[in-house]
Amino acid sequence: MTKHRFSSAAQSEWMREGPESDVVISSRIRLARNLQHQPFPLLATTAQSDEVLEQLSAVSDKGGLDELGTFSTILLKDLTELEKRVLVEKHLISPNLANESRAGAVVLSENEAISIMINEEDHLRIQCLHPGFQIREAWKIANEIDDCYEAAIEYAFDENKGYLTTCPTNVGSGLRASVMMHLPALVLTQQINRILSAVSQVGLTVRGLYGEGSEALGNLFQISNQITLGQSEEEIIDNLYGVAKQIIEHEKAARRKLMNESYRRLEDRIKRSYGILSHASIMDSKEAAQRLSDIRLGADLGILPQVSPRLYNELLVMTQPGFLQVRYEEKLSPDDRDVKRAELIREHLNTFEHGGASQ
Amino acid sequence: MICQECGKRPSTLHFTKIVNGEKTEFHICEVCAREKGDGIPGAPNSFSIHSLLSGILDFDAVTSKGLNSLKPQESLRCETCGMSYAQFSKIGRFGCSDCYDAFSERLDPLLKRIHGNTKHSGKIPKRSGLKVQCKRQIEQLRADLHRYIELEEFEKAATVRDEIRELERKMQQSS
Repeated sequence: MTKHRFSSAAQSEWMREGPESDVVISSRIRLARNLQHQPFPLLATTAQSDEVLEQLSAVSDKGGLDELGTFSTILLKDLTELEKRVLVEKHLISPNLANESRAGAVVLSENEAISIMINEEDHLRIQCLHPGFQIREAWKIANEIDDCYEAAIEYAFDENKGYLTTCPTNVGSGLRASVMMHLPALVLTQQINRILSAVSQVGLTVRGLYGEGSEALGNLFQISNQITLGQSEEEIIDNLYGVAKQIIEHEKAARRKLMNESYRRLEDRIKRSYGILSHASIMDSKEAAQRLSDIRLGADLGILPQVSPRLYNELLVMTQPGFLQVRYEEKLSPDDRDVKRAELIREHLNTFEHGGASQ
Repeated sequence: MICQECGKRPSTLHFTKIVNGEKTEFHICEVCAREKGDGIPGAPNSFSIHSLLSGILDFDAVTSKGLNSLKPQESLRCETCGMSYAQFSKIGRFGCSDCYDAFSERLDPLLKRIHGNTKHSGKIPKRSGLKVQCKRQIEQLRADLHRYIELEEFEKAATVRDEIRELERKMQQSS
């Protein structure tokens, strides 16, 4: 099988820099849609799932999305377990699509900013992932893609309940808007719990890097809307935008406070992490996440000018288990992974230090 | 406050669940929260929305006294895909779009709990949107028609009838 481009390079559109990208890593919109007259994927027979796949992939194959870029359709059954894992680690598909779907597929845009999942929990899941704080821009694109599909197929829609979805938590707009935020200073100054509990009181929810149920490793928090019924898309996005904006301000204020009041301690912490990452022989994923968060903060505060934010984003993805294994082209035990992870991080940090000369 | 699970460490996670006015409080420490692997939003192993949902969905036991008028749970079943309400409340997912109709009498309280709302106010797909619009207009015009007939204003009634026909023709074309 040919090796897909997505699994060999860590770069995706969302890892570039964008507005407010010293705090907001990425902004994501997800729309859930289903076809009329087809059972939801949960109950669909294999034949029905194939039919849905055929109908939906025909839209992009026939050029229905051409105005929005170049797309390629990847069938999940053509991928190895590792390749699936890489797509999950790059946030291009959900764990659910990777592990549980029948006749699952993903339609990927060339820059990986748009990924459209077929036969996930719902028939169609349109996802737009933008770097930095660009939630409105991501919504605009997702909305256009939605229109493209709607021109070709009939959605399950009810005038009272809106877009009908498999899970009652998505019904209505089918919209999940989220921003991935890096909040090390709020964690260090112990304000994070107060802020997160406030967030949950305004209809938003907080999760870790890899979505539902995942831990907030490396000071990364994913904030998204909880309510999808009874609020318009604009209201949902405005609400998230407003709250995220405030959190950005709080995080920046906390960073200034740290810089002013405990500069030495902060510098020590960041440089220690840099030292460990540059020299360690074994690095587990949890420690890597924490240390990488430190050096990212160092990069944003100018304490570590040699580290670029982009390098951090790439390392974040490259040090995930699936990506490591694809890169080293072998199945690795967790212990071996920790060794390879340390090696990979060392190589990358040193490359930067010596002006691009690889070791 | 001491953790109610281990009784040793101080509790750092406080969680109040209110279902149908019945309040349950949890005060546990982070270690126990992680061990339990469930229960508390914001805890390291934050529990999934589905496990919470089935808690909400399965509120028959609590509400059955007050809602005797509703059909018993067993008889509620979606004709199209065969999913029963009992199954739905267990897995927290619908089988097909017709389930929304089949379970409609139970759905509004549930949606109200999840979203605080029961009516969609966002985007409407253009195609079915047109239909919805036409449908609403036709309903309105039919009411007018009846009124005019009752008032014996037959000329006006005839105009309204023509308008209805025109709309129906438009709807057929678009589908």
